[in-house]
Order: sequence, then C-alpha cells, then structure tokens
Amino acid sequence: MNATVSSSVPDVIDRLAGIAPGSHLDQVRAQREQARTNAQQSYLSLFAPTPPVFGNFEIADRFAVAAFVAGLHGQPEVARFYADALAGQGARAGVVEAIANEARRGAAEGPYGSYPSGPLSKEDAPGPSYAVSAAQYPVLGERLSAGLVHAHLLVFHPRDASAAALQALLDAGWSSTEVVTLSQLVAFLAFQIRVVIGLKALAQRPVTLVD
Amino acid sequence: MTIESTLTYPHNTHPTAFTQAQLEWLPWIEPLPEAELTERHFAGLVDASRAKSPYFRLLARDPDILGARTRTDKDIFYNPEAGLPRAERELSAAAASRYNGCIYCASVHARFASHFSQRTEDVQRLLDEGIGADLGERWNAIVAASVALSATPSAFGPAHIELLRAQGLDDLAIADVIHGAAFFNWANRLMLSLGEPQEQAAG
Repeated sequence: MNATVSSSVPDVIDRLAGIAPGSHLDQVRAQREQARTNAQQSYLSLFAPTPPVFGNFEIADRFAVAAFVAGLHGQPEVARFYADALAGQGARAGVVEAIANEARRGAAEGPYGSYPSGPLSKEDAPGPSYAVSAAQYPVLGERLSAGLVHAHLLVFHPRDASAAALQALLDAGWSSTEVVTLSQLVAFLAFQIRVVIGLKALAQRPVTLVD
Repeated sequence: MTIESTLTYPHNTHPTAFTQAQLEWLPWIEPLPEAELTERHFAGLVDASRAKSPYFRLLARDPDILGARTRTDKDIFYNPEAGLPRAERELSAAAASRYNGCIYCASVHARFASHFSQRTEDVQRLLDEGIGADLGERWNAIVAASVALSATPSAFGPAHIELLRAQGLDDLAIADVIHGAAFFNWANRLMLSLGEPQEQAAG
C-alpha cells in the first residue's frame, strides 16, 4: 500500500500542526503510531491513490473539493495548504479562483439542520442551503459544482442529508463508487482539520509540571 | 454513461429520538455484492467478518481509504496503552455524535460508553438532555471539548485544554479526547449521508 509514496510525503498533520521531530507532541503522537500512520495513509489514499484507482474522480477535482472544504473550516493555514496543492495540480483555468470565491460565499456556522419529525424537532436549527454562484458554475462545470454542493451539506449540516442529495450527484455524472470517495474525502478532512486544531492548541499549552 | 439510482425505503421506521438500543442501518447506495469482493476489497475491510455489513461493503467500493480509516479508528479507540480510559474515548464519540445529530452513531457509542463506565443513566442523560447535561466535572470537560472541536468553524481552544488538565488528564489523554471527537466528525458524516437508521422490529 503506497509504500514508496508514503515514505516520501511528509506527515500532513505534523506539518499543519507544526509538530517537529523530537518535540513533546511528536512523542505524544508516537504513542498512537497506528493512528498517526493511517491518518497519513488516509490522506494518501484520497489524494495519491494507488492504481488501478476505483472510479474516475480526477486528482485535480479531489484537490478542488478539498480546497473548498478546508476554506469552509476557517483555518487559514489548512486552507492555504489545499489551495496550494490545487494550484499545483494544473487545475483548469479559473478553477483556483472560483474555489476561493465559493469558499467565501459558502461560509456558515454548523452543525445545523433538521431531525426526523418528532421529539427532536425542537432542536432543528436553520441554516443556509448552498448553491454554486451563476458566475462560477460555467468555470467549475456541472459535476464539480454538484460535488461542492454536497461537500457543503456534509461540512455544515450533515443531518439534512438524504437519498435525494445522493441522487443529485448521480444525476450530475458521479458514479456510486465516486460518491463513496467524495464522501470519504470530505468526511476525512473534517477529521484531519480537527486533529490539527486540537494538537495545535495542545502544543500551545505546555505542561508546567512533569510527573 | 449510465446514471445510477439510489436505494430508498419509504416504509422504514426511522428512530426519532437518541437511544442506546441497537439500530440497523440501510444504505442509500448499493453496497458491493459479497461475491464481487476481491483481495483488495478484503484488505480494505480489515476484518473479513465486516463483509457481512452493508455499511462496510458500501465503503469497500473504495477499499484503500476504508482500510486506512479502519486502522486509524482501531488505534484511537482500542489501543489499551495509557491515555484516556476506553469509556471516556467512547464518551467523546457519543458527544460528537449527539452534537452533530447522528442517531445511529450515538446509539453505538453511547452503548459502549455505558458498558465500559457502568454509568448508563448518565450516558442516557447526554442523549435525552443533549450536550448541556450535567454529568459531573470530568465528563462535562470531555463533552465540552468534544463539542467545541465538532463545531464548524471549530470553537476548541486553550480553555478546553485547561479544563481537561484540571480533571487530571495528561497530554496523551487529551490527545485521545481530540482524536475520539475528531474521528466521529468523520464517521458521523458518512453514516448520516450514505444511508439511514432503522429501528429493529419488535419481538
């Protein structure tokens, strides 16, 4: 599994959280070595998949969705990492700017959304329903635009998810397998970005007393 | 290009409250048939027994990310070496799931939190009253940290770390809270968006 690739790509969480080899947080992470290695392996499986790749979700489009999702999380350094990666993919003309614009337009605060009708309905929380702007739609195209709409749903209001939302992806040309990869990509980033945020905060609060 | 279709369940009895009862899960996208699973798919499933689960056979459509995800999951929750007690890793998962609104995920991890802590009633209060339930200082600190980290954009910061430290958590235990909650922001989004929960038939 990606043995050559994984050894040559620096650990993304360490890089984004500023964890240096030999540091205290490096030692903390070393105690969950499988989680550390496989979080990185998850990143590689999504962004540098081993051939033959299942489905036909282009790498540039994967980074386009990632740059959008990272932008929605409001973490400038993570957003820059994925925006730079997208720019480095030889993305189609205008896509880098279009994604940056859409991430700004899509800003919201989650989680919101509705529960199945019943006792939890009192916890229903309203929030925006995102659509790609008319100006950027021709740049991004039908398929990628549908991917961004679904990504926004997963990032901010996953409890509004539905079979109809998946059917919209299938109708826009995504296959069942590509829907799974898209879902994993967005959901993985929700994990990776939170690990970065958490470990950064931990690194900034050093223990003053050592047992 | 053939456009595929989702699966729908117009007669499903969808749970309408958080519960510790066992639920089923129905996929909206066709899982791979067991007979079509290759060696690479089984590697992604990690445990061959997961081939019986529609959820894992659906995720097996992209086996490499499933395999890496499963190994990440197992180390965060099952690694017995030091850090946060298992019950409280499950509490972080249940709290994130309650906050994000994943009835299915919350049912599984509330059950685990109850099993390992023997505090079934406190766990039920988290499900019934929500993330503001008073579960005692230590559990309150774990729930608050898990919830803050689950907000988008995140509301997690140094104050949460200090609260956890004040309850005696060392840095590995705090890292376990972070990873448990973060991982369920991954899991919740898959379970919520790729299918729906189902109440088990009575009897």
